[in-house]
Amino acid sequence: MARQSGGRLTFANSLAIETRGLRKVFGQKVAVRSLSLEVRRGEVFGFLGPNGAGKSTSVKMLLGLVQPTAGDASLLGQPLGHVETRRRIGFLPEHFRFYDWLTPAELLEVHGRLYGMSHARLRTRVPELLDLVALTPHRSKQLRHFSKGMLQRIGLAQALLNDPELIFLDEPTSGLDPGGRRLVREIIKQERERGATVLLNSHLLSEVERTCDRVAFIREGEVIETRELEALIEGETAVRVQARHLPPDVVQGLERWATAVSLDGAGPVEDPELADAQRLRFCVADRGVLPEILRYLVERGAAVYEFTPERQSLEDLFLEIVGTDDGGL
Amino acid sequence: MGAWILAGVTFREAARKRILWMALVAGLAFLSLFATGLHFQMKDFAARVPSALIRRQALNAMLMMGLYAVDLLTVMMAVLTSVDTLSGEISSGTIHAIATKPVRRSELLLGKWLGFAGMLALYVILMVGGANLVAYVLTGEAAHHLARGLALVFSESLLLLTVTLFFGTIFSTLTNGVLALGLHGIAFMGGWIEQAGTLSHSPRAVMVGIVASLIMPSESLWRRAAFEMQSPLVGAMGFSPFSNASAPSFTMVGYAAVYLVVALALALRRFGQRDL
Repeated sequence: MARQSGGRLTFANSLAIETRGLRKVFGQKVAVRSLSLEVRRGEVFGFLGPNGAGKSTSVKMLLGLVQPTAGDASLLGQPLGHVETRRRIGFLPEHFRFYDWLTPAELLEVHGRLYGMSHARLRTRVPELLDLVALTPHRSKQLRHFSKGMLQRIGLAQALLNDPELIFLDEPTSGLDPGGRRLVREIIKQERERGATVLLNSHLLSEVERTCDRVAFIREGEVIETRELEALIEGETAVRVQARHLPPDVVQGLERWATAVSLDGAGPVEDPELADAQRLRFCVADRGVLPEILRYLVERGAAVYEFTPERQSLEDLFLEIVGTDDGGL
Repeated sequence: MGAWILAGVTFREAARKRILWMALVAGLAFLSLFATGLHFQMKDFAARVPSALIRRQALNAMLMMGLYAVDLLTVMMAVLTSVDTLSGEISSGTIHAIATKPVRRSELLLGKWLGFAGMLALYVILMVGGANLVAYVLTGEAAHHLARGLALVFSESLLLLTVTLFFGTIFSTLTNGVLALGLHGIAFMGGWIEQAGTLSHSPRAVMVGIVASLIMPSESLWRRAAFEMQSPLVGAMGFSPFSNASAPSFTMVGYAAVYLVVALALALRRFGQRDL
C-alpha cells in the first residue's frame, strides 16, 4: 500500500506497525513509558511481558481505543486513528464479550456489515468462519448460553472476517481448552501463510514460543529487547564454561564460532574450589563446532572445569531479560 | 452507514431483550386500567351531571391525568433503557470490538441515539396515542392538539435520552441514572413552583421555576404538551398537576431544542476523546 507523502511521519512500506516513543499516562500512573517498535509485514510478532507491563494499553493505543499521551505510531503506513485503515485490521480483544442476545451467525453479520462487507460476501464468509472455529453446531444458539471458550472462538472468527492484513490478538487463548489453543495456533499459522501480519499479545511463553517469528520483551511499558525466535528454537545453543587462565585475546578469539560472548568474572561460589575460576558464556548456532571450541580453549592453555551446552528456552530468556521480580506471571 | 447499522442493533436489542415487549404489556395494562376508570366515570357522570359542557371538561381532565401518568412512564423509559448502554459496554469491554471497526466514534454514539429514539417514538405513539384512542372511543373526544402533544412528549423523551447518553460518556451507570433523574426532578419541582407562583401572583417564585426549567427543560416540554392537548376550558380551571396555569412559551420549547443539540454535541465530543 503506497503511503501518501506530506504526513508528519514517513514510514517504511515494509512495516506493518511502527511506533516511536508511544506513551500513556493515566493520572499519576505511567502505563506505557515509551514504546518504540517495528513490526514487519507478514511476520507473527509476540508481545511478551508480565501482567501490568503495559501490553494491553499498548495494543489499545495502536487500535485507537486509548489516546496516547505522547509519541507517534503508524499502522499499515497510516497514522493512528485513521478510520479507513481499520477496514484492513482484525482485533480479538482480551476476554471477548458481545451482546449476548445475538447468535454467533448474527454477531458475525453485524461485524461484517460494520466492515462494509456485502450481504453476498457474508453469506459465504459467515458459514466458513463458523466452520473454522467449530461453532457450526451452535450457530443458532444465543451467546448467553456460550462458555468462555466458545465466546473466545467466536471473537477469533470476527477478527478474521475481513481477511485482515494486520491482526491483533490480545491473550487469544484465555479461557480455551487444549483443543482451542491448538486451533489458535493453526489459525495463526494459516494467517501467516496468507501473508497477514499478526501481533500476539500473551503472557503464555509456550504459546509465543510456538507461533512467533519475533518477540519483544516489555517491562514497565518499554521494549527491553526484541529477539528472533527461530534462532532461539532451531538450534541456538548457549554454552556455560568455567575455567582458569582465560586471557582476553583467547576469549575474543571465540567470536570466530560463537556470538554473545561474555565473561562474567568469578564463577558461582557453590563450589569453593572454583571460587576464583572465570565464568564464560557464549552462543553457537550449530552444536557441531563445540569440540573445536573446547580444543581451542585447551590448546590456548585454559584450565577448563566445566563446559556445558544448554538449549535456552524462551522461559530462560524471559527471566534473563525481564527478570523475576514482577510477581505477575 | 455505521450509524444505521448500530441503530438497528440498538433497536433489535430492545426487542430481543424483551424491553419493548414488557413495555408493551405494561402499557396495555395501563391503558386497560385507564379505560375502565374512564368508563365508570362516564356512566356516573351521565346520571348525575346534567351539563354536557361540564361533563366534557371533566372527561378531558381525566384524559390529561392519564397522559400525565404516560409522561412519567416515558421519562422512566428514556432514562432506564439508555442509562447503561455506554458505561456498561465500556466497563464490560463489549465496545472494544465495535470501536475498532471502520466506524467513527460519532457514528457509534449517533447509532445508539437513533436506535433508542426509534424505540421511544414507538412507545410514545403507543401510549399517548392509545390513551387518546381510549378516550375517543369512550367519550367521543380526544386531546385538543394531539399531534403537537405527541411531538412535545417525544421531544421530552429525546431530551432525557440525550442527557443520559451524555452522562454515560463520563459516569458509571448508577451515577448516570441518579444524575439524569435528579435533573428531571429539578425540572419537575421547578414546574410546580412556577405554576404555584403564577396562581399566587408571586413573580419571584415564578422566577425560581423558570431558572429550574433553564437548568433542565424536560418538564417544560411536558407542560407545553399538556397545554396543547387540554381543552381550553380546563386550562382556565386553574391549578392541577394535569393542567397548566402558565404554559411554557415557544421560546422555552426552542431553548429545550438548543439544550438537546448542545447535550448531543457535548456527548459526541466527550465520547470522541475518551479512552475506552
